[in-house]
Amino acid sequence: MSTLAMPAPNGAILDRRDEIAAALRAIVPGEGVVSSPEEMRPFETDGLTAYRQLPLVVVLPETVEQVAEILKFCDEHAIPVVPRGSGTSLSGGALPLEDGVLLSMTRFNRVLDIDYPNRTATVQPGVTNLAITKAVAAEGFYYAPDPSSQIACSIGGNVAENSGGVHCLKYGLTTNNLLGIEIVLMSGEIVRLGGKHLDSEGYDMLGLLTGSEGLLGVVTEVTVRILQAPETARAVLFGFPTSEAGGACVAAVIAAGIIPGGMEMMDRPAIHATEAYTKAGYPLDVEALLIVELDGPQGEVDFLIGEVETIARRCGASYVRVSQSEAERQLFWLGRKAAFPAVGRIAPDYLCMDGTIPRKQLPNVLARMREMSEKYGLEVANVFHAGDGNLHPLILYDGNKPGEFERAEAFGADILKLCVAVGGVLTGEHGVGIEKRDLMGEMFNEEDLKQQQRVKCAFDPQHLLNPGKVFPVLHRCAELGRLHVHKGQLPHPDLPRF
Amino acid sequence: MLDTPAPLVPRDTADLLDAIRTASDAETPLELYGHGTKRGIGHAVAARQSVELSALSGVIFYEPEEIVISVHAATPMAEIETLLAANRQELAFEPQDYGPLFGLPRGSGTIGGALAANLGGPRRIKAGAARDHVLGIAAVSGRGEMFKSGGRVVKNVTGYDLSKGLSGSWGTLAAFTELTFKVLPRAEFSSTLVVFGLDDAAGVELLCRAMSSPAEVSGVAHFPAATAASLPHIGDNTRACTLIRLEGFKTSVLYRAERLNALIGPGQDLVRLDEEASRDLWQAVRDAEPFADHVDPVWRISTAPMHGPAFVEALRAAVTFRHYYDWSGGLVWIEIPDAPADAGASAIRETLSLFGGHATLVRASGIDPSVRRFQPQPPSLAALSRRLKSAFDPLAILNPGRMG
Ligand SMILES: Cc1cc2nc3c(=O)[nH]c(=O)nc-3n(C[C@H](O)[C@H](O)[C@H](O)COP(=O)(O)OP(=O)(O)OC[C@H]3O[C@@H](n4cnc5c(N)ncnc54)[C@H](O)[C@@H]3O)c2cc1C
Repeated sequence: MSTLAMPAPNGAILDRRDEIAAALRAIVPGEGVVSSPEEMRPFETDGLTAYRQLPLVVVLPETVEQVAEILKFCDEHAIPVVPRGSGTSLSGGALPLEDGVLLSMTRFNRVLDIDYPNRTATVQPGVTNLAITKAVAAEGFYYAPDPSSQIACSIGGNVAENSGGVHCLKYGLTTNNLLGIEIVLMSGEIVRLGGKHLDSEGYDMLGLLTGSEGLLGVVTEVTVRILQAPETARAVLFGFPTSEAGGACVAAVIAAGIIPGGMEMMDRPAIHATEAYTKAGYPLDVEALLIVELDGPQGEVDFLIGEVETIARRCGASYVRVSQSEAERQLFWLGRKAAFPAVGRIAPDYLCMDGTIPRKQLPNVLARMREMSEKYGLEVANVFHAGDGNLHPLILYDGNKPGEFERAEAFGADILKLCVAVGGVLTGEHGVGIEKRDLMGEMFNEEDLKQQQRVKCAFDPQHLLNPGKVFPVLHRCAELGRLHVHKGQLPHPDLPRF
Repeated sequence: MLDTPAPLVPRDTADLLDAIRTASDAETPLELYGHGTKRGIGHAVAARQSVELSALSGVIFYEPEEIVISVHAATPMAEIETLLAANRQELAFEPQDYGPLFGLPRGSGTIGGALAANLGGPRRIKAGAARDHVLGIAAVSGRGEMFKSGGRVVKNVTGYDLSKGLSGSWGTLAAFTELTFKVLPRAEFSSTLVVFGLDDAAGVELLCRAMSSPAEVSGVAHFPAATAASLPHIGDNTRACTLIRLEGFKTSVLYRAERLNALIGPGQDLVRLDEEASRDLWQAVRDAEPFADHVDPVWRISTAPMHGPAFVEALRAAVTFRHYYDWSGGLVWIEIPDAPADAGASAIRETLSLFGGHATLVRASGIDPSVRRFQPQPPSLAALSRRLKSAFDPLAILNPGRMG
């Protein structure tokens, strides 16, 4: 059912499948190479399950030296490589290629070093996001970025996608919490970036690698900063009669100088779906539900809860409930955190979109989305990170009905185009992958995309690492490197000199 | 002496594009600068023609309720800070002013320079540096091509993050034309606890404990007696000073100050400075006030916080210097009077290799050009850096040699 074209597989590589598997077995002995279709089945898709493809062969290295040898071998033989963490990507970033080696990083699962005085944790990339927090929780610390997939997703995948979570308004995304990484380039070279110290001695390669979706290098070690857990956290539920009122409340909270730990919103369909599923006690007679969490020192949280409540009432909140206990706070979050499975219960399938918009556009975008919903004849439920304008429209469809998936994809594309048109972006945290690849032209012109690909050429001149992702058109590096002579087309021959 | 041509002063982006295209066609390198406050940092640029970008100035939009500002790249920092302050907002990365270190007037500099140098003051340790606050850029590459990256929203992973890739690139990859930054509410209240008389190890240990407490401290610095004397508002001081800053709503700050007092424990000699006094103190920390208006070499060393004092101790065997710590011990500012010919580079970098991190020779007037201003990189990383340079500026038109 896939509607996206991937690069045509190279027949010569497919013919050499057994030989390639044997070469990889020489590098990773034992169970480390998987090549039968049955055993490769679990790797055929990621969180974007509408797309499936068995890889050429799966390799599961255990050491950085093995990763280096695998990449060097593939580079020399021009074989594409797709890195994979836990396979929870929602944009198809880890979708295998028919003629590509799937490099699974799951065996890199050790916590290497925890340094409390310097507040850092160094782990292998296959360690899950939540496992980092678990490793430091006994001392009262945690790792701040908390994607909803945190029990499953790997920190290597987080680095590759620059993942965020409900707390990133206050605590930042992966990129703001990352101190160092070790990467292996496609050539097999091992490069260390950063460490336990701050900032780079040269170009900010760490910043470039974060969010590069497995296209620039394979992450083999990660050092993050850990934070002392806040003294306390309390949440408030606010219901609003209109999404405009909810949006205005979010703006007013920030205008008052308050940056909450989390500020999440749901629209009516999402409220109803999650309440039916979780019985979190959400009000059903409101158009928008806002969860505001304030965390920090007790004295501050108590004070700010009062402030936020006053603001919300002024903005017309028709429902206010402040958590009175830790259990109640957890209950408030239960519905929000279960939004995806809850929606999964009311429809056979759903597509999760991920645009970001300037916050003030929220009512406008929601209204336009309702129009589109009618046009396409498909329901949409919205959950969003309201504080930073990151929307997750969930488009409900039935994959068994002919044409519905294609309609859902078209609806999704229209939503993302709308996000860009109002000043936002295609993806806030899920990545471009294959899903938004062909929409890149909505945000960037040829010149922009070519400059991005030139960066790719500095890392992987043969385009072998995760090809077919992120960029709609792959230009050869030689072509990208060619210089234009501008003579005769100078717009201002009379540039002033002083 | 060769006569240097007068600087080009582009009036707008089209002019700048024109200047870089012309230079690219003729393969003549250019030195880029805004106000020139940081021209003394890094190596001399191997270009006779300079381009002064200061006319590319002005606010494009500022939406306080959306906590975002978009400006032309050479908009003065002072103008931006005044505008934000009027709305009780600020650039939270607390950009340092390098002017005083070079005997230049305080308060100049442009936002483009702030990003090109990836500035980050004392609050860096909590709130990040310029790289963490830039949301989007437009720039002209050394190829003479306009490109953009990022956007105006906080959450964005659409394509490579070139905004970060260009932060701290000192104008060697592209010339910024437009920049969009996230802004944040300015703290209602600022308060600093000053503990007197701790040695380096004890001071930094206290700072790290404060950072590891739930008190949400936003500034952590330690001054030994030799540099503490330059700090404002603490009278006739001859003792070491350990500074811990709290910012936020007043109720919250006072509450946290209590908690910090408990953490520091009884029997310590300390004072609390609020508001103006606290803000002045941190401006001095931020701008390396103890070394302002001198000429001796100054180094800025980034390492893991707890390694700061051990590094300093180890370095004593090799050179004589004055120093203080910011970033909980992880940023060591060092001034070397009577410096050896290499400004202490070999001693500093050899010692630092035992601890990890990087050392930048910030003030180096009269120091031999062969002394590397920026930390040398291992071969594979250096090669990658050269390839990245070529990706933006294959003919080395922009600030060639600046980063060594
Ligand atoms: C139910 C659900 C909820 C989610 N919620 C959130 C959320 O709240 N916030 C959010 O940001 N995301 C969310 N996601 C998306 C996803 O979990 C993240 O993108 C996550 O970071 C992916 O990690 P992974 O280990 O599963 O990576 P994978 O899916 O295996 O791979 C993702 C990408 O990273 C690359 N990659 C993986 N490991 C490496 C490595 N070691 N080196 C180089 N490249 C690598 C892959 O090539 C691929 O391009 C959610 C997903 C699901 C299914």
